[in-house]
Amino acid sequence: MDVNQAIVDALIEHKVQFITSVPCKQLAGVIDLIDRHPEIRHVPCNKEDEGMGLCAGAYLGGMRAAIVMQNTALGVTVNALATLIQYYRFPLPMIVSYRGELGERIACQVEMAVHTKAILDQLNIQTYHFHRPADVEETGTILKHTFMSRKPTAILTDSNFWGGY
Amino acid sequence: MIRNEVLKSLLPVISGKLVVCNIGLPSQELHMLDDRASNFYMLGTMGLASSIGLGLALAQKQKVIAIDGDGSVLTNLGTLATIANNPADNFILLIVDNGSYGSTGDQPTYAGRKTSLAKVAQACGCEHVVECKAEDTVAAMKQALVSGKMTIIVCKCEPGNIPVPVIELDAPVIRHRFMEEVKRRNA
Repeated sequence: MDVNQAIVDALIEHKVQFITSVPCKQLAGVIDLIDRHPEIRHVPCNKEDEGMGLCAGAYLGGMRAAIVMQNTALGVTVNALATLIQYYRFPLPMIVSYRGELGERIACQVEMAVHTKAILDQLNIQTYHFHRPADVEETGTILKHTFMSRKPTAILTDSNFWGGY
Repeated sequence: MIRNEVLKSLLPVISGKLVVCNIGLPSQELHMLDDRASNFYMLGTMGLASSIGLGLALAQKQKVIAIDGDGSVLTNLGTLATIANNPADNFILLIVDNGSYGSTGDQPTYAGRKTSLAKVAQACGCEHVVECKAEDTVAAMKQALVSGKMTIIVCKCEPGNIPVPVIELDAPVIRHRFMEEVKRRNA
């Protein structure tokens, strides 16, 4: 199963047509598919909180939006998540590469990995952890749930999910 | 002219347009002067007015005016590169540049010293950048609205604030009524 294609198929099925991203090595494949998809407006951002502003704006304009980002950036988005996304009740799927998990080779990535679930938990953000490629099948259900609940949702995708480093 | 006077002078031109307004006093002043469903007030999240405005402009066809400040643009400086590289001709970014962090007591920003936000915007690749005196902001806004080109206006004005009440509207109410307005206009 091509997990990149499966994620993009789910995004399209659930009418997510505005996507912002900051790259991660693990996300390169899915970002490439997003960038080339004719039904998706891909607007890369420079920083993830900026990206959340773009997503909020797109949603105001009637488009479903999502962000693709690395977990190391979670810290810089805490204020945007609390005072924009959650305060105004914007739905926001966050497809997050979960760096610093088993198999990681760069020790510094572990430093944010150990805080990732704690930060999400502190913010009461619905969090799903994709560990095996088959977990991707849940993407559509998670997207549906995100837009139903009008809340941010994090999908943490670890190295094992992407097929190793 | 201070920001409140600039906003007041702009009302005949921008009232009723889709407006995304910056956190703190700018939103409170706009809310006091001209509360409308077509105004999206930021109650928090410094720096994201221009990003929200761009996302909104890219997602639908109506003209969008984002009212931002020099301090807020400085905190999200990358936004000017994103705007330049994803042009939306229905988008106008008005940077009310009073060289100070107005909402926190007029502490000076770097835009009031050596940094030119107009030049930064140009260097980022924004093609239509206008820097004007406060008195010329209405003319610059009118011109931007008829030009049909994405425009960044940097309005150089004096620091200073007036007493304004806080916004009592709940955030989801602001969002909901704004979205209904956007939907109605794009129908």
